[in-house]
Amino acid sequence: MKILVCLKQVPQKDAPLKLNEAGTWIREDVSYEVNEPDAFALEEALRQKEKHSGEVVVVTAGPARAMQVLREALAKGADRAIHLEDNAFVGLDAYNTARAIAAAIKDEKFDLIFTGLQSDDCGYAQTGVILAHILGLPHATIIMHIEKNNGGIRVKRELEAGFFQFVDLPLPAVLTIQSGINKLRYATLIGIKQAKTKPMRKVTLGEVQSAMGANLQKIEKLYAPQKSKNTEFLEGPPAEVAKKLVEKLKNELRVI
Amino acid sequence: MDTILVVVEQREGKLNRVSWETIVAGQAIAAQTGWTLEAAVVGSGVAAIAGEVAEKKVAKVYDVESARLEPYTPDAFAYALQVFLEKHPAKLVLMPHTYQVRDFVPKLATALQTTAISDVIGARYEGGKLLFTRQMFQGKFVADVSFAGSGPCFVTFQNGSFRADKVEAGAASAPVETVSVEVPDGVVRNQPQEVFREAKQAVDLTQAEIIVSVGRGIKEQKNIDLAKQLADALGGELAASRPICDNGWLPMDRQVGSSGQTVAPKLYLALGISGAIQHIVGMKGSRSIVAINKDSEAPIFEIADVAIVGNLFDIVPPLIEEVKKAKA
Repeated sequence: MKILVCLKQVPQKDAPLKLNEAGTWIREDVSYEVNEPDAFALEEALRQKEKHSGEVVVVTAGPARAMQVLREALAKGADRAIHLEDNAFVGLDAYNTARAIAAAIKDEKFDLIFTGLQSDDCGYAQTGVILAHILGLPHATIIMHIEKNNGGIRVKRELEAGFFQFVDLPLPAVLTIQSGINKLRYATLIGIKQAKTKPMRKVTLGEVQSAMGANLQKIEKLYAPQKSKNTEFLEGPPAEVAKKLVEKLKNELRVI
Repeated sequence: MDTILVVVEQREGKLNRVSWETIVAGQAIAAQTGWTLEAAVVGSGVAAIAGEVAEKKVAKVYDVESARLEPYTPDAFAYALQVFLEKHPAKLVLMPHTYQVRDFVPKLATALQTTAISDVIGARYEGGKLLFTRQMFQGKFVADVSFAGSGPCFVTFQNGSFRADKVEAGAASAPVETVSVEVPDGVVRNQPQEVFREAKQAVDLTQAEIIVSVGRGIKEQKNIDLAKQLADALGGELAASRPICDNGWLPMDRQVGSSGQTVAPKLYLALGISGAIQHIVGMKGSRSIVAINKDSEAPIFEIADVAIVGNLFDIVPPLIEEVKKAKA
Protein backbone atom coordinates (compact mmCIF):
# COMPACT_ATOMS: atom_id res chain seq x y z
CA MET A 1 0.00 0.00 0.00
CA LYS A 2 1.39 3.37 -0.98
CA ILE A 3 0.01 5.93 1.45
CA LEU A 4 0.34 9.71 1.46
CA VAL A 5 -0.19 11.52 4.76
CA CYS A 6 -0.79 15.28 4.70
CA LEU A 7 0.56 16.95 7.82
CA LYS A 8 0.13 20.49 9.07
CA GLN A 9 2.27 22.33 11.58
CA VAL A 10 0.19 24.35 14.03
CA PRO A 11 0.92 26.37 17.19
CA GLN A 12 1.36 24.15 20.25
CA LYS A 13 -1.84 23.49 22.14
CA ASP A 14 -1.06 25.56 25.18
CA ALA A 15 1.19 28.12 23.50
CA PRO A 16 0.23 31.65 24.53
CA LEU A 17 -0.91 33.36 21.33
CA LYS A 18 -0.84 37.07 20.54
CA LEU A 19 -2.38 39.00 17.69
CA ASN A 20 -0.09 40.58 15.12
CA GLU A 21 -0.09 44.36 14.74
CA ALA A 22 -2.40 44.38 11.75
CA GLY A 23 -4.93 42.28 13.67
CA THR A 24 -5.14 39.79 10.82
CA TRP A 25 -3.18 36.83 12.15
CA ILE A 26 -1.21 35.68 15.18
CA ARG A 27 2.38 36.53 15.91
CA GLU A 28 4.49 33.69 14.64
CA ASP A 29 7.02 33.63 17.50
CA VAL A 30 5.44 30.66 19.27
CA SER A 31 6.25 26.98 19.60
CA TYR A 32 4.78 24.64 17.02
CA GLU A 33 3.79 21.01 16.80
CA VAL A 34 2.10 18.68 14.35
CA ASN A 35 -1.69 19.04 14.14
CA GLU A 36 -3.01 16.33 16.46
CA PRO A 37 -5.46 14.60 14.07
CA ASP A 38 -2.64 14.51 11.49
CA ALA A 39 -0.44 12.66 14.00
CA PHE A 40 -3.18 10.05 14.29
CA ALA A 41 -3.38 9.90 10.48
CA LEU A 42 0.37 9.25 10.28
CA GLU A 43 0.15 6.56 12.96
CA GLU A 44 -2.65 4.88 11.02
CA ALA A 45 -0.59 4.94 7.83
CA LEU A 46 2.40 3.41 9.62
CA ARG A 47 0.19 0.64 11.01
CA GLN A 48 -1.30 -0.08 7.57
CA LYS A 49 2.23 -0.30 6.18
CA GLU A 50 3.21 -2.69 8.97
CA LYS A 51 0.21 -4.85 8.15
CA HIS A 52 0.24 -4.79 4.35
CA SER A 53 3.76 -3.60 3.51
CA GLY A 54 4.29 -0.62 1.25
CA GLU A 55 5.44 2.96 1.57
CA VAL A 56 4.40 5.96 3.64
CA VAL A 57 5.08 9.39 2.18
CA VAL A 58 4.46 12.55 4.18
CA VAL A 59 3.80 16.02 2.80
CA THR A 60 3.39 19.45 4.33
CA ALA A 61 2.85 22.93 2.91
CA GLY A 62 4.38 25.65 5.06
CA PRO A 63 7.39 27.76 5.91
CA ALA A 64 10.86 26.40 6.64
CA ARG A 65 9.91 25.62 10.24
CA ALA A 66 7.29 23.13 9.00
CA MET A 67 10.07 20.73 8.06
CA GLN A 68 10.08 19.71 11.70
CA VAL A 69 6.81 17.81 11.34
CA LEU A 70 8.25 15.93 8.36
CA ARG A 71 11.44 15.05 10.26
CA GLU A 72 9.40 13.71 13.14
CA ALA A 73 7.27 11.68 10.77
CA LEU A 74 10.34 10.18 9.11
CA ALA A 75 11.72 9.39 12.56
CA LYS A 76 8.51 7.51 13.37
CA GLY A 77 8.84 5.40 10.24
CA ALA A 78 7.63 7.30 7.20
CA ASP A 79 9.78 6.55 4.14
CA ARG A 80 10.09 9.91 2.44
CA ALA A 81 8.90 13.46 2.70
CA ILE A 82 7.75 16.30 0.46
CA HIS A 83 8.01 19.87 1.71
CA LEU A 84 6.11 22.56 -0.18
CA GLU A 85 8.20 25.30 1.31
CA ASP A 86 7.15 28.94 1.30
CA ASN A 87 5.79 31.45 3.81
CA ALA A 88 2.90 31.98 1.40
CA PHE A 89 1.49 28.56 2.32
CA VAL A 90 0.40 29.96 5.69
CA GLY A 91 -3.05 31.47 5.45
CA LEU A 92 -4.02 29.85 2.16
CA ASP A 93 -7.60 28.69 1.97
CA ALA A 94 -8.23 24.93 1.89
CA TYR A 95 -8.93 24.97 -1.85
CA ASN A 96 -5.49 26.36 -2.62
CA THR A 97 -3.73 24.12 -0.13
CA ALA A 98 -5.38 21.11 -1.76
CA ARG A 99 -4.49 22.33 -5.25
CA ALA A 100 -0.86 22.84 -4.24
CA ILE A 101 -0.62 19.34 -2.78
CA ALA A 102 -2.31 17.81 -5.82
CA ALA A 103 0.17 19.56 -8.11
CA ALA A 104 3.14 18.41 -6.03
CA ILE A 105 2.08 14.75 -6.20
CA LYS A 106 0.81 14.66 -9.78
CA ASP A 107 3.43 12.16 -10.92
CA GLU A 108 2.74 9.71 -8.12
CA LYS A 109 0.02 7.10 -7.64
CA PHE A 110 -1.12 6.54 -4.08
CA ASP A 111 -3.52 3.83 -2.88
CA LEU A 112 -4.59 5.92 0.08
CA ILE A 113 -4.30 9.57 1.02
CA PHE A 114 -4.89 10.59 4.63
CA THR A 115 -5.44 13.99 6.16
CA GLY A 116 -6.51 14.83 9.68
CA LEU A 117 -10.24 15.60 9.87
CA GLN A 118 -9.45 19.27 10.55
CA SER A 119 -6.66 21.49 11.80
CA ASP A 120 -6.56 22.74 15.37
CA ASP A 121 -5.62 26.27 14.29
CA CYS A 122 -8.09 27.05 11.49
CA GLY A 123 -10.58 24.22 11.87
CA TYR A 124 -12.03 24.41 8.32
CA ALA A 125 -12.26 20.62 8.00
CA GLN A 126 -12.08 20.78 4.20
CA THR A 127 -8.64 20.13 2.73
CA GLY A 128 -8.98 16.34 2.54
CA VAL A 129 -12.41 16.39 0.89
CA ILE A 130 -11.33 19.05 -1.61
CA LEU A 131 -8.17 17.09 -2.41
CA ALA A 132 -10.28 14.00 -3.12
CA HIS A 133 -12.44 15.96 -5.56
CA ILE A 134 -9.46 17.49 -7.36
CA LEU A 135 -7.91 14.03 -7.76
CA GLY A 136 -11.23 12.49 -8.84
CA LEU A 137 -11.10 10.06 -5.92
CA PRO A 138 -13.81 8.73 -3.58
CA HIS A 139 -13.53 9.83 0.03
CA ALA A 140 -14.87 9.30 3.51
CA THR A 141 -14.47 11.52 6.56
CA ILE A 142 -13.97 11.31 10.32
CA ILE A 143 -12.63 7.78 10.13
CA MET A 144 -12.04 5.59 13.18
CA HIS A 145 -11.08 2.29 11.56
CA ILE A 146 -9.77 1.03 8.22
CA GLU A 147 -9.50 -2.47 6.88
CA LYS A 148 -8.94 -4.03 3.49
CA ASN A 149 -12.05 -5.47 1.94
CA ASN A 150 -12.48 -7.18 -1.46
CA GLY A 151 -9.94 -5.09 -3.34
CA GLY A 152 -11.18 -1.94 -1.67
CA ILE A 153 -11.54 -0.84 1.94
CA ARG A 154 -14.16 -0.86 4.66
CA VAL A 155 -13.94 2.17 6.92
CA LYS A 156 -15.74 3.08 10.14
CA ARG A 157 -17.10 6.58 9.92
CA GLU A 158 -17.85 8.47 13.13
CA LEU A 159 -21.15 10.31 13.38
CA GLU A 160 -22.54 12.52 16.13
CA ALA A 161 -23.85 11.37 19.51
CA GLY A 162 -21.92 8.12 19.63
CA PHE A 163 -23.16 6.71 16.32
CA PHE A 164 -20.99 5.09 13.66
CA GLN A 165 -21.34 3.74 10.13
CA PHE A 166 -19.29 1.34 8.06
CA VAL A 167 -18.70 2.40 4.46
CA ASP A 168 -17.15 0.33 1.68
CA LEU A 169 -15.17 2.19 -0.91
CA PRO A 170 -12.80 1.30 -3.74
CA LEU A 171 -9.13 2.19 -3.87
CA PRO A 172 -7.56 4.60 -4.41
CA ALA A 173 -9.36 6.82 -1.90
CA VAL A 174 -8.90 9.81 0.41
CA LEU A 175 -9.77 9.53 4.10
CA THR A 176 -9.88 12.20 6.78
CA ILE A 177 -8.83 10.67 10.07
CA GLN A 178 -10.33 11.28 13.52
CA SER A 179 -8.25 11.61 16.70
CA GLY A 180 -8.30 8.53 18.84
CA ILE A 181 -8.31 6.04 15.95
CA ASN A 182 -5.19 4.49 17.46
CA LYS A 183 -2.47 5.20 20.02
CA LEU A 184 0.45 7.33 18.89
CA ARG A 185 3.94 5.86 18.92
CA TYR A 186 7.09 7.69 19.96
CA ALA A 187 10.04 8.01 17.60
CA THR A 188 12.95 5.79 18.63
CA LEU A 189 16.54 7.02 18.76
CA ILE A 190 17.35 4.80 15.78
CA GLY A 191 14.38 6.26 13.95
CA ILE A 192 15.54 9.80 14.61
CA LYS A 193 18.98 8.90 13.28
CA GLN A 194 17.61 7.20 10.17
CA ALA A 195 15.33 10.15 9.46
CA LYS A 196 18.34 12.28 8.59
CA THR A 197 19.11 10.22 5.51
CA LYS A 198 15.60 9.62 4.21
CA PRO A 199 14.63 11.49 1.03
CA MET A 200 13.19 14.99 1.56
CA ARG A 201 11.97 16.62 -1.62
CA LYS A 202 11.53 20.39 -1.62
CA VAL A 203 8.84 21.94 -3.81
CA THR A 204 8.80 25.70 -4.35
CA LEU A 205 5.69 27.85 -4.59
CA GLY A 206 6.67 28.60 -8.18
CA GLU A 207 6.39 24.93 -9.14
CA VAL A 208 2.74 24.68 -8.04
CA GLN A 209 1.48 28.24 -8.43
CA SER A 210 -0.05 27.70 -11.86
CA ALA A 211 -2.40 25.15 -10.28
CA MET A 212 -3.58 27.64 -7.66
CA GLY A 213 -5.82 30.68 -7.74
CA ALA A 214 -6.81 33.62 -5.56
CA ASN A 215 -8.00 32.90 -2.03
CA LEU A 216 -11.80 32.94 -2.11
CA GLN A 217 -12.13 33.72 1.59
CA LYS A 218 -10.48 36.60 3.39
CA ILE A 219 -9.89 37.08 7.09
CA GLU A 220 -10.79 40.74 7.47
CA LYS A 221 -9.99 40.83 11.16
CA LEU A 222 -8.81 38.47 13.89
CA TYR A 223 -9.60 39.46 17.46
CA ALA A 224 -10.17 38.23 20.98
CA PRO A 225 -13.70 36.93 21.45
CA GLN A 226 -16.13 39.42 22.92
CA LYS A 227 -17.44 38.14 26.17
CA SER A 228 -21.15 37.64 26.15
CA LYS A 229 -21.15 36.24 29.68
CA ASN A 230 -20.37 37.90 32.95
CA THR A 231 -17.87 35.42 34.25
CA GLU A 232 -17.25 35.67 37.95
CA PHE A 233 -13.73 34.70 38.95
CA LEU A 234 -13.43 33.31 42.47
CA GLU A 235 -10.13 33.99 44.14
CA GLY A 236 -8.26 32.92 47.23
CA PRO A 237 -6.53 29.87 48.64
CA PRO A 238 -8.11 26.51 47.76
CA ALA A 239 -10.08 26.06 50.99
CA GLU A 240 -11.56 29.54 50.70
CA VAL A 241 -12.39 29.20 47.03
CA ALA A 242 -14.08 25.87 47.71
CA LYS A 243 -16.30 27.55 50.35
CA LYS A 244 -17.15 30.43 48.01
CA LEU A 245 -18.05 28.07 45.20
CA VAL A 246 -20.32 25.93 47.33
CA GLU A 247 -22.05 29.03 48.59
CA LYS A 248 -22.70 30.04 44.99
CA LEU A 249 -23.88 26.58 44.03
CA LYS A 250 -26.29 26.58 46.93
CA ASN A 251 -27.63 30.13 47.08
CA GLU A 252 -27.21 31.54 43.59
CA LEU A 253 -27.14 28.69 41.11
CA ARG A 254 -29.41 26.59 43.32
CA VAL A 255 -27.97 23.24 42.38
CA ILE A 256 -27.30 22.07 45.93
CA MET B 1 -32.90 38.23 -7.73
CA ASP B 2 -30.39 37.59 -4.97
CA THR B 3 -31.24 34.36 -3.23
CA ILE B 4 -30.20 32.81 0.03
CA LEU B 5 -30.74 29.07 -0.06
CA VAL B 6 -30.93 27.07 3.16
CA VAL B 7 -30.35 23.38 2.55
CA VAL B 8 -31.94 21.60 5.49
CA GLU B 9 -30.55 18.28 6.61
CA GLN B 10 -32.41 15.01 6.60
CA ARG B 11 -31.05 11.65 7.63
CA GLU B 12 -32.91 8.48 6.73
CA GLY B 13 -36.00 10.51 5.93
CA LYS B 14 -36.06 12.47 9.21
CA LEU B 15 -35.42 16.20 9.40
CA ASN B 16 -32.40 17.04 11.54
CA ARG B 17 -33.84 19.71 13.86
CA VAL B 18 -30.60 21.69 13.88
CA SER B 19 -31.83 22.80 10.44
CA TRP B 20 -34.23 25.23 12.15
CA GLU B 21 -31.17 27.09 13.45
CA THR B 22 -29.96 27.45 9.87
CA ILE B 23 -33.35 28.80 8.79
CA VAL B 24 -33.10 31.35 11.63
CA ALA B 25 -29.68 32.37 10.30
CA GLY B 26 -31.12 32.65 6.79
CA GLN B 27 -34.04 34.75 8.03
CA ALA B 28 -31.65 37.07 9.89
CA ILE B 29 -29.41 37.54 6.85
CA ALA B 30 -32.41 38.03 4.55
CA ALA B 31 -33.71 40.74 6.89
CA GLN B 32 -30.35 42.53 6.83
CA THR B 33 -29.66 42.24 3.10
CA GLY B 34 -33.12 42.29 1.61
CA TRP B 35 -32.32 39.11 -0.33
CA THR B 36 -34.88 36.36 -0.92
CA LEU B 37 -34.82 33.35 1.37
CA GLU B 38 -35.55 29.92 -0.07
CA ALA B 39 -35.01 26.42 1.28
CA ALA B 40 -34.28 23.00 -0.13
CA VAL B 41 -34.35 19.45 1.12
CA VAL B 42 -32.36 16.78 -0.69
CA GLY B 43 -33.28 13.08 -0.62
CA SER B 44 -35.60 10.37 -1.82
CA GLY B 45 -39.27 10.57 -0.88
CA VAL B 46 -38.79 13.61 1.38
CA ALA B 47 -41.86 15.64 0.33
CA ALA B 48 -43.15 15.64 3.91
CA ILE B 49 -40.00 17.39 5.08
CA ALA B 50 -40.39 19.98 2.33
CA GLY B 51 -43.93 20.54 3.57
CA GLU B 52 -42.73 21.03 7.14
CA VAL B 53 -40.15 23.59 6.05
CA ALA B 54 -42.76 25.39 3.92
CA GLU B 55 -44.63 26.38 7.10
CA LYS B 56 -41.75 28.68 8.00
CA LYS B 57 -41.21 32.18 6.63
CA VAL B 58 -39.42 31.31 3.40
CA ALA B 59 -40.33 32.36 -0.14
CA LYS B 60 -40.17 28.86 -1.62
CA VAL B 61 -39.10 25.30 -0.82
CA TYR B 62 -37.49 22.88 -3.26
CA ASP B 63 -37.76 19.13 -2.87
CA VAL B 64 -34.67 17.83 -4.68
CA GLU B 65 -35.38 14.17 -5.42
CA SER B 66 -33.49 11.17 -6.68
CA ALA B 67 -33.67 7.52 -5.67
CA ARG B 68 -29.85 7.63 -5.58
CA LEU B 69 -29.96 10.11 -2.69
CA GLU B 70 -30.90 7.38 -0.21
CA PRO B 71 -28.76 6.24 1.53
CA TYR B 72 -26.66 9.36 1.93
CA THR B 73 -23.33 9.41 0.07
CA PRO B 74 -21.13 12.45 -0.52
CA ASP B 75 -20.93 11.72 -4.25
CA ALA B 76 -24.72 11.73 -4.73
CA PHE B 77 -25.41 14.75 -2.55
CA ALA B 78 -22.63 16.84 -4.11
CA TYR B 79 -23.76 15.85 -7.60
CA ALA B 80 -27.47 16.49 -7.06
CA LEU B 81 -26.92 19.87 -5.41
CA GLN B 82 -24.47 20.91 -8.11
CA VAL B 83 -27.04 20.15 -10.80
CA PHE B 84 -29.72 21.97 -8.80
CA LEU B 85 -27.61 25.07 -8.12
CA GLU B 86 -26.53 25.33 -11.75
CA LYS B 87 -30.21 25.62 -12.66
CA HIS B 88 -31.25 27.67 -9.60
CA PRO B 89 -28.36 30.00 -8.80
CA ALA B 90 -28.04 31.35 -5.28
CA LYS B 91 -25.78 34.01 -3.81
CA LEU B 92 -25.49 32.27 -0.49
CA VAL B 93 -26.04 28.60 0.43
CA LEU B 94 -26.44 27.89 4.14
CA MET B 95 -26.24 24.57 5.97
CA PRO B 96 -25.71 23.37 9.53
CA HIS B 97 -22.12 22.28 10.28
CA THR B 98 -22.97 18.63 10.85
CA TYR B 99 -20.76 15.61 10.20
CA GLN B 100 -22.85 14.89 7.11
CA VAL B 101 -22.49 18.42 5.72
CA ARG B 102 -18.73 18.34 6.35
CA ASP B 103 -18.60 15.13 4.37
CA PHE B 104 -19.86 16.64 1.10
CA VAL B 105 -19.97 20.46 1.13
CA PRO B 106 -16.24 20.97 0.44
CA LYS B 107 -16.64 18.71 -2.59
CA LEU B 108 -19.75 20.55 -3.79
CA ALA B 109 -18.13 23.96 -3.33
CA THR B 110 -15.03 22.86 -5.23
CA ALA B 111 -17.12 21.40 -8.07
CA LEU B 112 -18.74 24.83 -8.41
CA GLN B 113 -15.28 26.45 -8.18
CA THR B 114 -16.22 28.32 -5.04
CA THR B 115 -15.60 28.08 -1.32
CA ALA B 116 -17.30 27.14 1.95
CA ILE B 117 -16.87 29.24 5.08
CA SER B 118 -17.29 26.60 7.75
CA ASP B 119 -18.23 26.35 11.41
CA VAL B 120 -19.53 29.93 11.54
CA ILE B 121 -21.00 31.32 14.76
CA GLY B 122 -22.41 34.62 13.52
CA ALA B 123 -23.18 36.67 10.44
CA ARG B 124 -23.66 40.39 9.88
CA TYR B 125 -24.09 42.74 6.95
CA GLU B 126 -21.78 45.71 7.24
CA GLY B 127 -21.11 48.35 4.58
CA GLY B 128 -22.67 46.21 1.86
CA LYS B 129 -20.49 43.24 2.75
CA LEU B 130 -21.40 40.04 4.54
CA LEU B 131 -19.04 39.15 7.36
CA PHE B 132 -19.06 35.68 8.86
CA THR B 133 -17.60 35.17 12.30
CA ARG B 134 -15.79 31.96 13.07
CA GLN B 135 -13.59 30.77 15.91
CA MET B 136 -9.92 30.09 15.30
CA PHE B 137 -7.03 28.66 17.30
CA GLN B 138 -9.40 26.48 19.30
CA GLY B 139 -11.54 29.41 20.35
CA LYS B 140 -8.73 31.67 21.53
CA PHE B 141 -9.59 34.13 18.77
CA VAL B 142 -12.46 34.86 16.39
CA ALA B 143 -12.20 35.97 12.79
CA ASP B 144 -14.51 38.02 10.59
CA VAL B 145 -14.35 36.35 7.20
CA SER B 146 -15.57 37.76 3.91
CA PHE B 147 -16.24 36.00 0.63
CA ALA B 148 -13.86 37.01 -2.15
CA GLY B 149 -15.33 35.05 -5.07
CA SER B 150 -18.20 35.45 -7.48
CA GLY B 151 -20.48 32.90 -5.91
CA PRO B 152 -22.26 31.08 -4.60
CA CYS B 153 -20.78 31.37 -1.12
CA PHE B 154 -21.38 28.31 1.06
CA VAL B 155 -21.63 28.84 4.81
CA THR B 156 -22.00 26.17 7.48
CA PHE B 157 -23.19 27.17 10.94
CA GLN B 158 -22.01 25.70 14.23
CA ASN B 159 -24.62 23.89 16.33
CA GLY B 160 -26.19 26.26 18.80
CA SER B 161 -25.03 29.45 17.08
CA PHE B 162 -28.63 30.40 16.39
CA ARG B 163 -31.73 29.51 18.39
CA ALA B 164 -34.09 27.13 16.70
CA ASP B 165 -37.01 28.46 18.76
CA LYS B 166 -36.60 31.87 17.11
CA VAL B 167 -37.62 30.56 13.68
CA GLU B 168 -40.35 32.69 12.14
CA ALA B 169 -43.42 30.98 10.81
CA GLY B 170 -44.77 31.97 7.43
CA ALA B 171 -48.05 33.84 7.04
CA ALA B 172 -49.09 31.09 4.64
CA SER B 173 -47.47 27.90 3.40
CA ALA B 174 -44.67 28.58 0.95
CA PRO B 175 -44.93 26.95 -2.48
CA VAL B 176 -43.08 23.64 -2.80
CA GLU B 177 -41.48 22.66 -6.09
CA THR B 178 -40.23 19.13 -6.71
CA VAL B 179 -37.02 18.97 -8.72
CA SER B 180 -36.03 15.53 -9.96
CA VAL B 181 -32.34 15.00 -10.50
CA GLU B 182 -30.86 12.21 -12.58
CA VAL B 183 -27.74 10.82 -10.85
CA PRO B 184 -25.98 8.70 -13.50
CA ASP B 185 -24.35 5.30 -12.91
CA GLY B 186 -20.79 5.55 -11.73
CA VAL B 187 -21.21 8.80 -9.79
CA VAL B 188 -21.67 7.07 -6.43
CA ARG B 189 -18.59 5.14 -5.40
CA ASN B 190 -19.23 4.58 -1.68
CA GLN B 191 -21.43 1.80 -0.30
CA PRO B 192 -22.66 2.81 3.15
CA GLN B 193 -23.88 0.21 5.64
CA GLU B 194 -26.30 0.60 8.57
CA VAL B 195 -25.80 3.35 11.11
CA PHE B 196 -25.30 1.90 14.59
CA ARG B 197 -24.36 2.76 18.14
CA GLU B 198 -21.40 0.88 19.53
CA ALA B 199 -21.68 -0.24 23.11
CA LYS B 200 -24.82 -0.35 25.15
CA GLN B 201 -25.43 3.13 26.52
CA ALA B 202 -25.03 2.57 30.25
CA VAL B 203 -25.61 6.23 31.04
CA ASP B 204 -27.74 8.89 29.35
CA LEU B 205 -25.89 12.12 30.06
CA THR B 206 -28.64 14.15 28.43
CA GLN B 207 -30.85 13.33 31.43
CA ALA B 208 -28.32 14.37 34.09
CA GLU B 209 -29.04 17.60 35.97
CA ILE B 210 -25.50 17.90 37.26
CA ILE B 211 -22.41 16.88 35.34
CA VAL B 212 -18.80 16.87 36.54
CA SER B 213 -16.59 16.63 33.48
CA VAL B 214 -12.85 15.99 33.21
CA GLY B 215 -10.36 16.98 30.55
CA ARG B 216 -6.65 16.51 29.97
CA GLY B 217 -5.93 18.46 33.14
CA ILE B 218 -6.86 15.36 35.13
CA LYS B 219 -3.48 14.06 33.98
CA GLU B 220 -3.80 10.36 34.90
CA GLN B 221 -6.51 7.75 34.90
CA LYS B 222 -6.29 7.21 38.64
CA ASN B 223 -7.13 10.88 39.28
CA ILE B 224 -10.55 10.45 37.74
CA ASP B 225 -11.65 8.99 41.05
CA LEU B 226 -11.35 12.46 42.56
CA ALA B 227 -13.80 13.80 39.98
CA LYS B 228 -16.10 10.84 40.63
CA GLN B 229 -16.15 11.65 44.34
CA LEU B 230 -17.18 15.21 43.50
CA ALA B 231 -19.87 13.99 41.12
CA ASP B 232 -21.20 11.60 43.77
CA ALA B 233 -21.19 14.32 46.42
CA LEU B 234 -23.19 16.59 44.12
CA GLY B 235 -25.50 13.80 43.00
CA GLY B 236 -24.34 14.18 39.43
CA GLU B 237 -22.86 12.19 36.57
CA LEU B 238 -19.26 11.92 35.45
CA ALA B 239 -18.39 12.98 31.89
CA ALA B 240 -15.26 13.76 29.91
CA SER B 241 -13.80 15.44 26.88
CA ARG B 242 -12.71 13.34 23.94
CA PRO B 243 -9.04 12.64 24.79
CA ILE B 244 -10.04 11.02 28.09
CA CYS B 245 -12.37 8.61 26.28
CA ASP B 246 -9.89 7.99 23.46
CA ASN B 247 -7.40 6.90 26.15
CA GLY B 248 -9.98 4.47 27.44
CA TRP B 249 -10.05 6.15 30.88
CA LEU B 250 -13.82 6.54 30.65
CA PRO B 251 -16.26 4.79 28.30
CA MET B 252 -17.45 6.52 25.15
CA ASP B 253 -20.96 7.04 26.50
CA ARG B 254 -19.43 9.56 28.94
CA GLN B 255 -18.02 11.74 26.14
CA VAL B 256 -19.42 15.25 25.76
CA GLY B 257 -18.79 17.06 22.50
CA SER B 258 -19.54 17.00 18.80
CA SER B 259 -18.83 13.27 18.54
CA GLY B 260 -20.37 12.44 21.90
CA GLN B 261 -23.35 13.75 23.78
CA THR B 262 -24.77 17.25 23.64
CA VAL B 263 -25.90 18.15 27.15
CA ALA B 264 -27.61 21.10 28.82
CA PRO B 265 -27.69 20.30 32.55
CA LYS B 266 -28.42 22.71 35.40
CA LEU B 267 -24.74 22.57 36.31
CA TYR B 268 -21.73 21.65 34.18
CA LEU B 269 -18.57 21.60 36.24
CA ALA B 270 -15.50 21.40 33.99
CA LEU B 271 -12.29 20.19 35.61
CA GLY B 272 -9.05 20.63 33.66
CA ILE B 273 -10.91 21.17 30.39
CA SER B 274 -9.36 23.78 28.11
CA GLY B 275 -12.49 24.43 26.09
CA ALA B 276 -11.70 23.18 22.60
CA ILE B 277 -14.45 24.01 20.11
CA GLN B 278 -15.44 20.36 19.59
CA HIS B 279 -16.08 20.02 23.33
CA ILE B 280 -17.81 23.38 23.89
CA VAL B 281 -20.32 22.71 21.17
CA GLY B 282 -21.60 19.79 23.29
CA MET B 283 -22.16 21.72 26.53
CA LYS B 284 -22.47 25.45 25.86
CA GLY B 285 -26.21 25.26 26.42
CA SER B 286 -25.78 24.30 30.09
CA ARG B 287 -27.67 26.54 32.47
CA SER B 288 -24.64 27.16 34.70
CA ILE B 289 -21.05 26.47 33.82
CA VAL B 290 -18.30 26.33 36.43
CA ALA B 291 -14.73 25.87 35.22
CA ILE B 292 -11.56 25.06 37.11
CA ASN B 293 -8.33 25.27 35.09
CA LYS B 294 -4.80 26.36 35.89
CA ASP B 295 -4.48 28.25 32.59
CA SER B 296 -6.07 31.71 32.86
CA GLU B 297 -6.21 31.90 29.03
CA ALA B 298 -8.18 28.67 28.62
CA PRO B 299 -11.09 29.28 26.22
CA ILE B 300 -13.46 27.52 28.65
CA PHE B 301 -13.43 30.72 30.72
CA GLU B 302 -15.16 32.53 27.82
CA ILE B 303 -18.35 30.63 28.51
CA ALA B 304 -18.05 29.97 32.25
CA ASP B 305 -20.44 31.61 34.68
CA VAL B 306 -18.09 30.93 37.56
CA ALA B 307 -14.36 30.56 37.01
CA ILE B 308 -11.53 29.40 39.19
CA VAL B 309 -7.98 29.73 37.91
CA GLY B 310 -6.07 27.22 39.94
CA ASN B 311 -4.85 23.69 40.44
CA LEU B 312 -7.80 21.31 40.47
CA PHE B 313 -5.89 18.85 42.66
CA ASP B 314 -5.70 21.51 45.39
CA ILE B 315 -9.26 22.72 44.96
CA VAL B 316 -11.36 19.60 44.41
CA PRO B 317 -10.65 17.84 47.76
CA PRO B 318 -11.84 20.78 49.93
CA LEU B 319 -14.66 21.30 47.44
CA ILE B 320 -15.90 17.75 48.02
CA GLU B 321 -15.87 18.37 51.79
CA GLU B 322 -17.75 21.65 51.46
CA VAL B 323 -20.38 20.05 49.22
CA LYS B 324 -20.91 17.23 51.72
CA LYS B 325 -21.23 19.77 54.54
CA ALA B 326 -23.74 21.85 52.59
CA LYS B 327 -25.86 18.80 51.85
CA ALA B 328 -25.76 17.37 55.37
